[in-house]
Amino acid sequence: MLSYILRRLALTIPVLFGVATLVFSLLHLVPGDPAQSMLGEAAAPADVAELRTRLGLDDPLPTQYANFMLGAVRFDLGTSFRNNNSVTAEIGSRLRNTLILAMAAMAVALTLAVPLGILAASYRGRFADHAAMTFALVGISMPNFWLGPLLAILFAVKLGWLPVSGTGSIAHLVLPAATLGAALAAILARMTRASLLEELRELYVLAGRARGLSRARVLLKHAFRNSLIPIVTIVGLQFGAVLTGTIITETIFAWPGIGRLLIQSISFRDYPMVQGCILFISVVYVGMNLLTDLAYGWLDPRIRYQ
Amino acid sequence: MMFRLGIAIVGITVAAAVFGPWLTPADPNAQDLALRLAAPSGAHVFGLDELGRDIFSRLLVGARISLLVGLAVVTSASTVGILMGSLAGYYGGTVDTLISRVMDVLLAFPGILLAIALVAVMGPSLTNVVIALSFIGWVGYARLVRAQVLRIRELEYVQAARALGAATPRILVRHVIPATLPTVIVQATLGMAGAIIAEASLSFLGLGVQPPTPSWGTMLDAGRSHLFDAPHLTLFPGLAIALLVLGFNFLGDGLRDRIDPRLIAER
Repeated sequence: MLSYILRRLALTIPVLFGVATLVFSLLHLVPGDPAQSMLGEAAAPADVAELRTRLGLDDPLPTQYANFMLGAVRFDLGTSFRNNNSVTAEIGSRLRNTLILAMAAMAVALTLAVPLGILAASYRGRFADHAAMTFALVGISMPNFWLGPLLAILFAVKLGWLPVSGTGSIAHLVLPAATLGAALAAILARMTRASLLEELRELYVLAGRARGLSRARVLLKHAFRNSLIPIVTIVGLQFGAVLTGTIITETIFAWPGIGRLLIQSISFRDYPMVQGCILFISVVYVGMNLLTDLAYGWLDPRIRYQ
Repeated sequence: MMFRLGIAIVGITVAAAVFGPWLTPADPNAQDLALRLAAPSGAHVFGLDELGRDIFSRLLVGARISLLVGLAVVTSASTVGILMGSLAGYYGGTVDTLISRVMDVLLAFPGILLAIALVAVMGPSLTNVVIALSFIGWVGYARLVRAQVLRIRELEYVQAARALGAATPRILVRHVIPATLPTVIVQATLGMAGAIIAEASLSFLGLGVQPPTPSWGTMLDAGRSHLFDAPHLTLFPGLAIALLVLGFNFLGDGLRDRIDPRLIAER
């Protein structure tokens, strides 16, 4: 297992390096002078020069690159151009909200998808199966930037059950979590069904039934347990999608997380903050994929020797 | 069934995009401020938007943007992808390592995040959306083509061409790449769905097509401020996006089953 972990880590480091390099080059893709662009066309040349120095844009490119990399390793991503706060501190203060939203979305997805998948598998080919899978297909095709406003119209505007946007209570979390969790729920429901059907073909299921165990018991206690491995993997792999999904969901529901911070920083041309948010989200994404790989290797020893 | 539904949806949208300007019941940019946010009625089937423009007409014209972005992204991404993938697969060695490492990094990024980042720094515009989406999109094709080329280059007819002294570019273009095209076409059809969603997401975030050009994503964004007084602003553009995406997904799945039945087993 240790050599497997080391091998996976060795593969991840160059990727992280590449990701950071790409994020570094972003600032240099800004057409013209990034400092001028941040301050606006009407800015005084002296101010622009001052900002250029502060951002380190006058240093030679290799120096800028080295400074960026050294900073990133020490969690120093520079200061926001808008309010001079440390980018790391700003991201840290939003992190909790984004994590709450992401976790709630995954909880919504799991509580919807697993029963739906089990239902579909146990009534394979019958009405319940078709209904559950149609529901899942709709969930996958529905863009979250449409689902969110639709849910808001129904539950906040028409029924008045939930607040439209903002934070402060559990009720505020319901619509964003449902919006963000819907696509994952759909994917998971299909996965649960497929994985469970796979297990139901196994001989131990037949043997259990032959020993006189009830259908429900064999299904839930025996087959479902074994079908969990692929489900766990999908949950891990999809965490990245959930994380990027927060960008749109937070924007729709004015949820003060990292995704909204990113979009707001873009409109203020706060490039250090934009770079910081993007680097942070990508590193978490890479890290989650690594953890999923490791978990998979732990659950299924065959993977380690490939 | 699904395949035919896909053909129908995509066909209708293409017709709307091509003939839109002649079909629109009203000028998509004509404003009637007195009737702004008017609900759907006989005169305006999908109602009027926040500036009193006919939503149905704007949807018809907006189909052009969606399909155009989709086509442009799929064309450029697949061209670059085929080139990179076949080079990596055919030559192997250093070329393969180099291209594969770049692919690893791009795949490590969540696609839409990178697109947001690129458009954020390059500035929001239709062209930049296409550039950003192509930049992240080619990797998918390259990976697919590389895997195929690894297999194809060992086939006897390719070996024969090499033995007969055909130059490498000729072998690639005449013998290897054509064999990868069926899977690329399937991927491209599904890629249309992805590109359309991505364009709409970017436009929804204000990073895509700029007003007054009617893009479905931009129209949805405008609807967000009128959830209370005019939900039809949100309802119809979203429906258009979801249906078109569903259409391309059905079409792609259907093509996959028809073009290469083995792919089902491989997946």
